[in-house]
Amino acid sequence: MYDLLWLIPFFPFLSAILLVVLGSRMPRAVNGAIGAGSIGLSAIITIIIGINFLTSPPEGHSYTQVLWSWIDVGNFTPAISFHLDALSLVMIFVITFVGFLIHLYSTEYMIKDEGYARFFAYMNLFVGAMLVLVLGDNLVLLLLGWEGVGLCSYLLIGFWYKKPENGYAARKAFVVTRVGDIAMLIGIFLLFMHTGTIHIQQILDMAPRIWVEGATIPVAASLLLLGGALGKSAQVPLQVWLPDAMAGPTPTSALIHAATMVTAGVYLIARTHVIFELAPAVMTIVAVIGLVTALIAGFTALTQTDIKRVLAYSTISQIGYMFLALGVGAFAAGMFHFMTHAFFKALLFLGAGAIIHALHEEQNMFRMGGIRKDMPVTFWTFLIGCASLAAIPLVTSGFYSKELILWKSFSSQLGSVWFYIFGALGAFITAVYTFRMVFLVFYGEKKTEISHLPGTRILLTLVVLAFFSTVAGFIELPHTMGDFTLFSNFMASVLPSVPVLEYSLGTEFLLQLIATLLVAVGIYIAYVLYVKNPEAVNNLTASPAGQGVYTFWSIGWGFDWLYDKVFVQPVIFISRINKQDFIDSIYHGIAFATEVLHRLFTKTQTGKVRWYAMVLVAGAIIVITLAVLL
Amino acid sequence: MTSVAMEYGIVLAALLFSLGLIGIMLRRNLIFVLLSLEIMLNAAGLAFIVAGARWASTDGQIMFIFILAVAAAEVAVGLALILQHYRRYNTLDADLASKMRG
Amino acid sequence: MTTVFYIASAIALLSTIMVITRYNAVHALLYLVVSFVSIALIFFVLGAPFIAVLEVIIYAGAIMVLFLFVIMMLNLGEVAVQKEKEWLPKQMWIGPGILSGILFVLIVYTLFQGEPQWAIVDMIGPAEVGAELFGPYIIAVQLAGLMLLAGLIAATLFGKRVKFKEKKEKEDS
Repeated sequence: MYDLLWLIPFFPFLSAILLVVLGSRMPRAVNGAIGAGSIGLSAIITIIIGINFLTSPPEGHSYTQVLWSWIDVGNFTPAISFHLDALSLVMIFVITFVGFLIHLYSTEYMIKDEGYARFFAYMNLFVGAMLVLVLGDNLVLLLLGWEGVGLCSYLLIGFWYKKPENGYAARKAFVVTRVGDIAMLIGIFLLFMHTGTIHIQQILDMAPRIWVEGATIPVAASLLLLGGALGKSAQVPLQVWLPDAMAGPTPTSALIHAATMVTAGVYLIARTHVIFELAPAVMTIVAVIGLVTALIAGFTALTQTDIKRVLAYSTISQIGYMFLALGVGAFAAGMFHFMTHAFFKALLFLGAGAIIHALHEEQNMFRMGGIRKDMPVTFWTFLIGCASLAAIPLVTSGFYSKELILWKSFSSQLGSVWFYIFGALGAFITAVYTFRMVFLVFYGEKKTEISHLPGTRILLTLVVLAFFSTVAGFIELPHTMGDFTLFSNFMASVLPSVPVLEYSLGTEFLLQLIATLLVAVGIYIAYVLYVKNPEAVNNLTASPAGQGVYTFWSIGWGFDWLYDKVFVQPVIFISRINKQDFIDSIYHGIAFATEVLHRLFTKTQTGKVRWYAMVLVAGAIIVITLAVLL
Repeated sequence: MTSVAMEYGIVLAALLFSLGLIGIMLRRNLIFVLLSLEIMLNAAGLAFIVAGARWASTDGQIMFIFILAVAAAEVAVGLALILQHYRRYNTLDADLASKMRG
Repeated sequence: MTTVFYIASAIALLSTIMVITRYNAVHALLYLVVSFVSIALIFFVLGAPFIAVLEVIIYAGAIMVLFLFVIMMLNLGEVAVQKEKEWLPKQMWIGPGILSGILFVLIVYTLFQGEPQWAIVDMIGPAEVGAELFGPYIIAVQLAGLMLLAGLIAATLFGKRVKFKEKKEKEDS
């Protein structure tokens, strides 16, 4: 049964090729059927393999399928081979299943777009590359998928390429992630140089034997890999590209910039967790970066007016939580949050897409409002998504995953009480900006008329995602609520559970209560500020201090401004000075000299055989003389 | 048994080679140019034979046989070209070949 | 036998000089045959009887006869001799003479740098040459065969009579 593994990435690639070659000649219905159907097939195979994996796990809880050898030079032998274990199974399940729902949604959402076939070709290519990324059993294949998803991200952000700013956003995303990718590439070189192998499992087996904890090589390698993860997962300081990436179509934002690609960094760290565990200092860095990102992005989300940008910042913030979990060694918790986040964030993006579509492509939340009654299904599913994002207790999946992260950040050996405090503060902010969004969009008075209501496929997708956003949390319950650890047990074969300090159930319950109260307070604040008393917000932002803070937060804490001053402006300045390109003039000089010499030598081409013979002899004399003399 | 200083054989070959060279540089008649080429090839072959004799090796003679093959092929093609040249310009002047442009 | 070597060398040199100085192509050809025969003698002295025979048969025989055929086909006559005289004024000799002279001096200079190498001539017969030729050198022999085939094809192609009249008319107009 595991032999079918190769089909999972095969179908998206096949369909991408079909759509590229024949897409424009086929009717839209066929395009959509191929585009969504291929992912559906992959999802079905994934589920079959997943059931098989649960009922009769393969030997050693992992299965490797070698398709063919790719490069074979010395001990550098990356093969096209896929590695299936609990970690990659969870990833491919989310990618294919959520991916299929998003594709299904897109068949309706994108129907009026002229680039319909192109859109599905890119999306399928993305899914294929993402599957290669998570299934690849060596670092080179992983890198291939890594760059592949980067490329698709670029293509889809700039999907509506006729607008220059979309192209700018696409380039920005590509260049910023590139910065991290270079670091990651060097990290891969470093690992290969010191272990002599490129296969992830072999490296992970060797690492604890050849390095002691805190040695230079694992610290350097994990830092470099972390660089790649930061770029891809939009963490501080490389987070600036993700909000701009919202220029792409909404399903793209849902699939690439919320559910799957941006979590590749989380996957990378979880996959190479052995190396990170050998570098405790780097683990702390990961946790701190995650926490800082979660807070910065949370505060920024508070001040955004564009609904998609709010969701973008909330994505950055939630991935920050995943990094926090990874940093304290709670890899399974990070992956758990990845899964629940994929469901509810995809749901939120798709819901936002439905709202935007309904309101004449309006993205500004302050021009929405009061559409609760007109779009009931959208409203209720969006509300479920928001509840999950804000981690409303007991009924939402987001609660269980976030609670697990917060508890681990406190109780893990690598954790600290400060992690918990700031994490809880982040959860509070999350609740505020999430319900600010809900109140602005669905409550209050109507500001824009609804032009058309979402159809069955969109609503069906939203309902299914809402269902999973709720039940996905029940597979892992905290100690205080039955201590049901299906997910952790499942991941245990790949991601060992961290040593946890002993605390009483009472402590845990107390911490949960605090977080819950914070969420409740956050929702209440949002209610007061945006429904009951909207004037209060205006008064708050009107004061000079409030205005300063508001501007500072709304531009994303000035990172864009800083990078513009530090990197972009100097480059533009230098290129302006060097307009004539003095290096080019050297080459022009060479070309000119060559031409002059060419004209000179043309004179020697008389066409007279005797002349040629004489020159030949003269040359021979010179050469022999030199040989004799020297 | 004879003993000849190898140098004298080589000097003879060099002399013949130089004479052939003079012929090529000097003559405008294509037939003479080709004849001079034959002289030079033969001189090269002589050098091989002398060296082969010095080291009592068959390789020198084998190289001569290859030179012979080259000379035969070269003469066949060369003479055919001379014939074409003559038909075209009605003369054997090598300098006229410079008119063959493009 | 050493004397034979020197006498044959002298004859070869003299006849070669005559080749490059003749105005009449047929005369030059005959001198060249003399030169080849004397070189064949030198080969014999140097213990290469097989090569001496080849020299006479192929060089002095086949190749020279080929030249003769072509000269006869062209049917040059007295006019050509006059033309040759025009083409060969005395001052023409200076440049090529100097160049070749320098080259020769260089070769001789390098040659006499070391100890004189005395060749104790041992005869190497056709049997040994043949064994070597069709042993280690077999690929070279086959390549030479291919080259001769190519030469044959090329000669056949170039030897064809092509009509230049139309072209000439075009050039004239």
